[in-house]
Amino acid sequence: MSVSEKQIGDVILRCDNISLSFGGVRALTNISIDVREHEILAIIGPNGAGKSSMLNVINGVYHPQEGSVTYQGQTRRAMKPHETARHGIARTFQNIALFKGMSVLDNIMTGRYTKMKRNFLWQALYVGPNLKEEIEHREVCERVIDFLQIENIRKTPVGRLPYGLQKRVELGRALAAEPQLLLLDEPMAGMNVEEKEDMCRFILDVNDEFGTTIVLIEHDMGVVMDISDRVAVLDYGKKIADGSPAEVRANQDVIDAYLGVAH
Amino acid sequence: MLYRESGQFKTSYRADQAIFPIRQDRIALMVLLAVVFILVPFVADEYWLGSILTPLLVLSLAAIGLNILTGYAGQLSLGTAGFMAVGAFAAYNLNLRVPELPLIVDFLLAGVFAALVGMVFGLPSLRIKGFYLAVATLAAQFFIEWVFTHVGWFTNYSSSGVISAPPMVIMGVTVDSAVEKYLLTLVMVAVLALAAKNMVRSRIGRSWMAVRDKDVSAEVIGIPLLATKLSAFGISSFYCGVAGALWTYCYLGTVEPAAFDLSRSFQVLFMIIIGGVGSILGSFLGAGFIVLLPILLNNIAAMIGHGTLQADTMANLEHIIFGGLIIFFLIVEPHGLARLWQIAKEKLRLWPFPY
Amino acid sequence: MTSDLNFFFEVLFGGLLSGIMYSLVALGFVLIYKASGVFNFAQGSMVLFAALTFVGILEMGVPFWPALLLCLLVMMLLAVGIERIVLRPLVNQPPIALFMATIGLSYLLEGLGQGIWGTQVRALDLGIEDLPNEMIQEALGIQVSTFDLFSAGCAAVLVGGLALFFNKTRVGLALRAVADDHQAALAVGIPLQHVWAIVWAAAGLVALVAGLLWGSRLGVQFSLSLVALKALPVLILGGFTSVAGAIVGGLIIGASEKLAEVYISTFTGGAVAAIENWFPYMLALLFLLVRPQGLFGEKIIERV
Ligand SMILES: Nc1ncnc2c1ncn2[C@@H]1O[C@H](COP(=O)(O)OP(=O)(O)OP(=O)(O)O)[C@@H](O)[C@H]1O
Ligand SMILES: [Mg+2]
Repeated sequence: MSVSEKQIGDVILRCDNISLSFGGVRALTNISIDVREHEILAIIGPNGAGKSSMLNVINGVYHPQEGSVTYQGQTRRAMKPHETARHGIARTFQNIALFKGMSVLDNIMTGRYTKMKRNFLWQALYVGPNLKEEIEHREVCERVIDFLQIENIRKTPVGRLPYGLQKRVELGRALAAEPQLLLLDEPMAGMNVEEKEDMCRFILDVNDEFGTTIVLIEHDMGVVMDISDRVAVLDYGKKIADGSPAEVRANQDVIDAYLGVAH
Repeated sequence: MLYRESGQFKTSYRADQAIFPIRQDRIALMVLLAVVFILVPFVADEYWLGSILTPLLVLSLAAIGLNILTGYAGQLSLGTAGFMAVGAFAAYNLNLRVPELPLIVDFLLAGVFAALVGMVFGLPSLRIKGFYLAVATLAAQFFIEWVFTHVGWFTNYSSSGVISAPPMVIMGVTVDSAVEKYLLTLVMVAVLALAAKNMVRSRIGRSWMAVRDKDVSAEVIGIPLLATKLSAFGISSFYCGVAGALWTYCYLGTVEPAAFDLSRSFQVLFMIIIGGVGSILGSFLGAGFIVLLPILLNNIAAMIGHGTLQADTMANLEHIIFGGLIIFFLIVEPHGLARLWQIAKEKLRLWPFPY
Repeated sequence: MTSDLNFFFEVLFGGLLSGIMYSLVALGFVLIYKASGVFNFAQGSMVLFAALTFVGILEMGVPFWPALLLCLLVMMLLAVGIERIVLRPLVNQPPIALFMATIGLSYLLEGLGQGIWGTQVRALDLGIEDLPNEMIQEALGIQVSTFDLFSAGCAAVLVGGLALFFNKTRVGLALRAVADDHQAALAVGIPLQHVWAIVWAAAGLVALVAGLLWGSRLGVQFSLSLVALKALPVLILGGFTSVAGAIVGGLIIGASEKLAEVYISTFTGGAVAAIENWFPYMLALLFLLVRPQGLFGEKIIERV
């Protein structure tokens, strides 16, 4: 799908001059990035460039020393991850971070956490309002399960699933939250071609059907060029390019970074 | 071919959400309830009711409490007995100082007090994990034990520190025989166990397990860590608190700090390790195992002609066997008896045509 | 010096010196934790077990030094056994499972120790008086127990010896490699299992020394393993991986608990007594709230 067909809206998330360091290591230096509504933004860069750190700053897992994040009109430096979740940001992780002891269905049900309201006393009683709520949300999760075609494994403990399916379940958990902004950290890493194609299709469908804004990190250039509307390039914690896939591909700094020209 | 799931199609999510989706399981549960509520009180003698079944039930309740915290929410606690003590002393003092309250309310409020204390000691869990937290709960254990031993108000300034529990009157009925105490305990335990089972299969249970399995992703999906851990500490301690109150009123008949020392905490911990970490059923199985094993040992010793064992020999033997069993279970079946039971059921489901 | 101040220093020194004994137990924890990532709850029971075994062997008529050697041998066999039977099968389990296994181990050791050697309290005489040292009393005018000084000396020798061992021998080098990075150590061909057995043996040695010192002060009895639990708050203060932390933490805990015991109970007219039982834990807990990484630990932000 090309950019022109899609209605890319205003900036919904703005990162201004973000700097983050761990002890002596500077992971991010003075980075500013905008994310526009409904777009798919890819963040690329060599290993250790600070891509994951950037996502972690956006949803509050890491707190930057400098800079601010503006989302839904609110500007903040640090926010707790569970608060960003309430504001409609969901994500997946580079290394699978599922709840290993729980079934696929339960994992996906946790995605509904912020949307469920009954308190623990109702839950202790189970029947009545709590059961009604459980069933309502179960239906949402079943739609996600259908969408990702994982019906036959819904009761399987996730620890027993192969890697590719686990990645899919993790996407499912994020989708169950019906996020406005979806952050995906290397959703296709370690997958075979077929699995990658499936994953690409899911990402495009989510973007297309629900209008979800997506920020994703990916190393596979083919995939990046195919599915993203815009690409931002990080190198050694600095942003070196930001633009359409074609522009970025032609950018000399980017070519240098990937070919490893001395800094 | 009696135990089969086939032919019982679940046509709605409602049916699939039922606590026992398989009909045979439901029947088995009914039979079990009939036995423990009706048959046991008729056939069991005073010794079995008062000295074995009642403490077994009470410890099951404490084990459920610990399982909520450690098995479901993944926060290791060595302070179980401390929280039980809070329940015991709270029930005693409520009874003493606010006699207007019905006893059942005392018991429940005792649980609430224990929950509050549990939450205070759960506060550090936001900043510390694993072993560090275990040490924090050890602080709870020692501090609480000390408070009840040294602050006279709690024991109503009794000189010996051992007080006999006042008689129990519930809705005008005096509960004093072994059967009555057993039934009272049974009702409380059954109701609370059901509630626990319901919680662990609802939103709050999922949030506990999420925090246990991967706290970062739990938080990222919107689960507030501190609130969730505190809820686990609170609800877990509520269960322990009620268990503590029942322990004094229905089993011991005395209120004393010594009944809730560190070794009691370990006893309950061993119950969930052997019974099954993260399983309500396992809490019962573990409690049964740990309560019955010493009795069995004693009987065996008597049978092979040693007479009953001396108390300290027995204690040492128990230490060795329990210690060994803990290691054995952790190595061979970390999910405990509950998993063995599940495996047996699966085998049965396939029997007699395994494929 | 006023007598009040003298008294304060006496309490302080007494506390510091008894703190050294906590340090000793904590040291055993740290050794094992560093090398194998196992939080060995059974360290306290090892102290008890060592002391019981030593007294038991003495009672059989074996003279002091051979008894010490024999006891050391037992502790080493125990270490090898633990590595074989408990640790090896649990190698890939989560740390919490290993921790619970060591709780089981502590029960096993207590049962075994008392089963073999009996449950009654035994006196253990190392020939050092637990009386104020006269030289110090004359020089400084305060009372410090000779026995405390002796145990401080023992601890110093032990720590020095261990430091030499870890820094100067090949085994020690391997050990430090393992502590830094298990995978890497495996990759360069260091046999993990041997290293673990050696560390557990070293922890056994430390337990033996602690057991003798404490046993001779308190009598060899079950409660030794409870006293040894006080090494846990020491670890929280000092951090699980720092030898220096274990020592400093022990001193802090020892001194503060004695000061608290003496001064808080005098200020409250004895109404608040016997707070030694929980004071170290609460202190450690409060400390954790301020510095979760311990005295010497570094703050770590979890990677995701
Ligand atoms: N929690 C942390 N503690 C210490 N250093 C960290 C932490 N997280 C990231 N870093 C460091 O910050 C830098 C950027 O890491 P980051 O994970 O963001 O890179 P990345 O671009 O995602 O790399 P990759 O392609 O390997 O995933 C690296 O040098 C990394 O070592
Ligand atoms: Mg990354």
